[in-house]
Amino acid sequence: MPTKSHTSAAREACDKIHARFPQIALREFRGDTTLTVPREQLVEVMRYAKEACGFDMLLCVSAVDHMGEHTRYEVVYTITQAETGANLLVRTPLDEQDATVPSLVGLWRSANWLEREQYDLMGVHFEGHPDLRRIMMWEGYPFHPLRKDFPVAGVPTETPGIAFTEKAPTAGAPFVTAPGGKTAAEREPRSRN
Amino acid sequence: MATDTQEQTEQNYMCDPDADGGFVYTTLEAAINWMHKYSLWPMPMGTSCCAIEYMAASCSRYDISRFGSEVNRYAPRQADFMFICGTITYKMAGLVRRIWDQMPEPKWCIACGACACSGGMFRSYSVLQGVDKIVPVDVYISGCPPRPEALLQGLITLQDRIMKTDHPLKGFFKTHDLREAQRAACTNTSVITD
Repeated sequence: MPTKSHTSAAREACDKIHARFPQIALREFRGDTTLTVPREQLVEVMRYAKEACGFDMLLCVSAVDHMGEHTRYEVVYTITQAETGANLLVRTPLDEQDATVPSLVGLWRSANWLEREQYDLMGVHFEGHPDLRRIMMWEGYPFHPLRKDFPVAGVPTETPGIAFTEKAPTAGAPFVTAPGGKTAAEREPRSRN
Repeated sequence: MATDTQEQTEQNYMCDPDADGGFVYTTLEAAINWMHKYSLWPMPMGTSCCAIEYMAASCSRYDISRFGSEVNRYAPRQADFMFICGTITYKMAGLVRRIWDQMPEPKWCIACGACACSGGMFRSYSVLQGVDKIVPVDVYISGCPPRPEALLQGLITLQDRIMKTDHPLKGFFKTHDLREAQRAACTNTSVITD
């Protein structure tokens, strides 16, 4: 059994991080705390969170594409204390022209494949990663398919001798709902041009 | 082992049940077809949930060995036909094709389930929209996933097709180019539904 609850452990750790880095924005929503860290400070903050605050496990590295906004990409790290179960979210906004963050493989070895996944599907580069190759798609595939400007149906490609892709028949996808419609038939997901 | 019905027996063999020594007269083609039909060794290409149904079909309750097809060969060089059970991604497609190329002629292919037949619900950048784009498919089985009875029906359909082969040795050395397979498959296929 954990000796203290994960909420009190998280609050304690966040207070500690806030005392050490007072300039970093800290936001709490329904018990989960999110830090927004500029990428220049990312390694420093993460090292402090791991070594001084006990966040000894990197659970997830994901990336968000805010297409059309000033900072298009955002890398989101979820770190946790294995002992107490306290979570902490760390967000790092990135410009479209320079979507590069320092790699965290030196801190958590689980970052290796997680960062490769984000490199493959979202096209974020992780500086200092020991083995930054694609992990889902094959070497030579030219796109990053989870970006907002990539079509759902895919794009025809050909990597001779390795793989090919074709455009999938989607019958007008993506299907979007129309909230506020009077009947269920008006609200249901349809192809809307 | 399943036995032919009386009608099938009369079609395929000249058999005199009253003959004393049990003579059977037949043609070489019919004999070869009959041997192919009842010793179909599958190469189970199981990539997702249809493979679970295939496991059920090959276990004792549904018992695919009643049809002479229980000897799963994970070495493609020993297999007679490929049971493609599950979603094939574009990354997997090359490997499926390589396994197909390693299988000796004569060989057949059953596409089992919606994903293998047409990409199923995965209309996306990563999923091959039907394995008939890379290998020639003989029988399509619908369902998501199909029940074990549907798999057995697919196997029986394949056996019927094999019995109707006119020149069973003709195709020993046929080859298909990767992107030509679909056209080759379109010429003669069976479709069964639940």
